[in-house]
Amino acid sequence: MAEFFSMGGYGAYVWSSYGLTAVVLVVLLVVSLKSLRSTETTFDRLRVEVGPKETKRMETANGDEA
Amino acid sequence: MHRFANPTRFLKIAAAVQPWMAGLTIILFGTGLYMAFFTAPPDYQQGESIRIMYVHVPAAWMGMFCYAAMAVASAVALIWKHPLADVAAKATAPVGAAFTFLSLATGSLWGKPMWGTWWVWDARLTSMLILLFLYIGYMALQGAFDDRTRGAKASAVLALVGAVNLPIIKFSVDWWNTLHQTSSFMKQGGPSMPPEMWIPAVVMAVAFKTYYVWVLLVRIRQELTANKVRILRLKQVHGG
Repeated sequence: MAEFFSMGGYGAYVWSSYGLTAVVLVVLLVVSLKSLRSTETTFDRLRVEVGPKETKRMETANGDEA
Repeated sequence: MHRFANPTRFLKIAAAVQPWMAGLTIILFGTGLYMAFFTAPPDYQQGESIRIMYVHVPAAWMGMFCYAAMAVASAVALIWKHPLADVAAKATAPVGAAFTFLSLATGSLWGKPMWGTWWVWDARLTSMLILLFLYIGYMALQGAFDDRTRGAKASAVLALVGAVNLPIIKFSVDWWNTLHQTSSFMKQGGPSMPPEMWIPAVVMAVAFKTYYVWVLLVRIRQELTANKVRILRLKQVHGG
């Protein structure tokens, strides 16, 4: 086990590489997911405030299909 | 293609595909990491430090792939004014920048024990650093205008001009005498390493790619929803 973690003496370099990669990829994913959730929450609230009919009209006018 | 080009329909498809990409990414990373650490042998010259390759090479490939994707999407946005192309290019930039940063950082962590230095200003490393700056410039330019469409147009032009850097990165190791080695993968007669070494690298590269698609879908959905929020806010203000 200790031998596995020492990576033939290169442990510090190998594990920092994988650790850094994991941190960067996970942080980017979590930030993106959180931003999507909060934008969707805002959209749902606004849709109620503006009215579903108006929202539908906006989506149609926006070039989206009805 | 036009069937998927409609933003509302795209939102529905993206939401349906997203969990599959998430699952695929997790399975591929699990397999790739297992292979990288347990089935791949140590290198006869570089010993166990060779395992850095299994994150370094996929990160570098995807850093370049994302830039190519961003440049193509920018071209489509400029020429055909396609509403999704701009959004896709914008959503790709931070992912590509992350991959490029990781390729530089893991390369540095690999260079220290193998070359005896964290950094050299050789053609491969420098052109890769320029790629990172192009991504950062692209993202900065996007937010630098009050008018969103002008920001989008300016950054799309930057993405296209910066694309000349891609062949420079690719061929830097052949054109110049670099400390960085030449490609061990893309060469005539196949990779210059045994399958138990290049297969894990390819599995990791595919994992990086599905991760990109996963995050891309999330970010495009966010961007499209944010556009709707902006329009609804305007309606609210103008008493629509």
